[in-house]
Amino acid sequence: MTADIRTTSPAARGRSLAGGDRRGEHPRRRGRFGVHIFLMAVSLAFLAPLLLAVYASLRPYEETAQHGYFSLPEHLSFDYYREALSDSGMGEYFKNTLVIAVPAVLITLFLASFVAFAVSRIKVRGGIVLLMFFTAGNLLPPQVLVTPLYVLFLKIPLPWWMSDSLTMYDSYWAVIIVNIGFQLGFCVFVLANFMRTLPQEILEAAIVDGAGLWTQFWRITLPLCRPALAALGTLEFTWIYNDFLWALIFISNPDKLPITSSLNNLRGQFFTDYNLLAAGSVLVALPTVLVFLLLQRHFIAGLTLGSSKG
Amino acid sequence: MRSVALKTARRAGRRRSRRFTRRDLAVLVVLLGIPVLLDIVIIWGPTLASIGLSFTSWDGIGDIHWVGGENYRNLVDNYPPFWPAVRHNLLWLAFLGLIATPFGLLLAVLIDRGVRFSRFYQSTLYMPVVLSLAVVGFMAQLILGTDQGVVNTILNNHENPIDWLGDSDLNIWMMMLAASWRHTGYVMILYLAGLKSVDPTLKEAAAIDGANARQTFFRVVFPTLRPVNVIVGVITVIESLRAFDIVYAVNKGRNGLELLSVLITDNVIGEASRIGFGSAIAVVLLTVSLGFIVTFLVQELRGARDR
Repeated sequence: MTADIRTTSPAARGRSLAGGDRRGEHPRRRGRFGVHIFLMAVSLAFLAPLLLAVYASLRPYEETAQHGYFSLPEHLSFDYYREALSDSGMGEYFKNTLVIAVPAVLITLFLASFVAFAVSRIKVRGGIVLLMFFTAGNLLPPQVLVTPLYVLFLKIPLPWWMSDSLTMYDSYWAVIIVNIGFQLGFCVFVLANFMRTLPQEILEAAIVDGAGLWTQFWRITLPLCRPALAALGTLEFTWIYNDFLWALIFISNPDKLPITSSLNNLRGQFFTDYNLLAAGSVLVALPTVLVFLLLQRHFIAGLTLGSSKG
Repeated sequence: MRSVALKTARRAGRRRSRRFTRRDLAVLVVLLGIPVLLDIVIIWGPTLASIGLSFTSWDGIGDIHWVGGENYRNLVDNYPPFWPAVRHNLLWLAFLGLIATPFGLLLAVLIDRGVRFSRFYQSTLYMPVVLSLAVVGFMAQLILGTDQGVVNTILNNHENPIDWLGDSDLNIWMMMLAASWRHTGYVMILYLAGLKSVDPTLKEAAAIDGANARQTFFRVVFPTLRPVNVIVGVITVIESLRAFDIVYAVNKGRNGLELLSVLITDNVIGEASRIGFGSAIAVVLLTVSLGFIVTFLVQELRGARDR
């Protein structure tokens, strides 16, 4: 290896001294071409299942039943989308999901950013322990928590105006609070790492100006965390939107289930029209894909998970 | 000398007053107290309760009987799905760790080199991550189904189609492929974010010293990615131990798709409602997870000390 370096280095130096970069460029460009072909192939392979689902959803069942999914189209229409929307009651389920996901994401981000602020900005004593406490909690397998929480929620009564089941079980509160508790750890971890990269002088200036703790947090630090909050918000929204387990366990009334479960309504008892199911799947996937595409510019910038510059 | 002491004392005093005005203290206590309490009630309390329940026999309604280690003995000796589930979880871990994760890193490195259309590649490769695993499970059926599935159509074996999802030797591999489809994009985006934050002067310095692209990456860039490596490692382990949704969406985790998480769910919320027994499986899963979590925390502590 060292010999390798020694032999290449004078050559490289000579090349740049001579100003003849062309010789060096050529193989590099060919390398780029290969990289493009590789990335394009992988991208297509990654997109293929999605495109296939969209394609299947546009074709009538009789056609794909006869020729299979991998065939040329004869009829294309959006009929299945209309059917999926009306048959599955998807709108209602989508509302349920939003009732769970929106408060859960907002509260998680709020609480997590304060913990992160306390740990990495004002450096409360025992901050590192606090950080561990939250991070480790996020890494536990959710199934470990299932039974005790189930029993606990059955025992907690709620007034009728909070839950028509009169218990915490079978109410949105249960799913929201579990999502918050479970996602806190990850958000604290990311935000603490992010806040560590912010200049401490800003906070000191605010303190000199007599800002209280709340002002330091809400007016000074949070606005600087916008990229991280955007990235986390996207990530958390997708996770909670896609969640399957908590709703399955803590909700029994089928009318309260979130959208991920609505797909089952499109399965018939004896016969399942897979093209209809494909249309349903595309509809279920659409919001998260849109949210990601809209926010992706902020996404990478905000994800400085423990960057080496910190 | 005295004035210096006085100054530091005053500074300490100001520091203290900054920390301890009554309003600040109230904000601190409330806003730290709520999340800590929440984490105790939702995460740590139930974890301890699960450990306790694993030594009991309980159907969820009647009395709780202490049975000691009987659940664990039954688990190892008389519960046929247990060992296959352990094997599948380990296989899952190996597959994600040895194939999906390095592949995600490779993609991140290629995209980070600044190829054209990098935004397009990045979004496409990340796209599967935002999909619900229920949707992924359905797509697997669309592609791998026996009668009209794409793969069988291409293979043109209409008379004798391969049952990719039903054959108990094959289906776990198909599930791992589907899981990798998502995992790769996730790993890629984490590494991409990490690579963006690597100091470019490091690479320049390496290039001046005559290192080629591979040497620069493995000897200079990769070591500085250590924090990301740790996170990706933990995510890989945790995801493979947690794997649940995708097999549950395909066939409720039976017939070759047994996983520990599925067994827990079956025992706890299934008709049998063997909560003590389910908790014992949960504790097995917990023990394995904790091993990795502690490793991660030690790494993090070391990192925090360096900072």
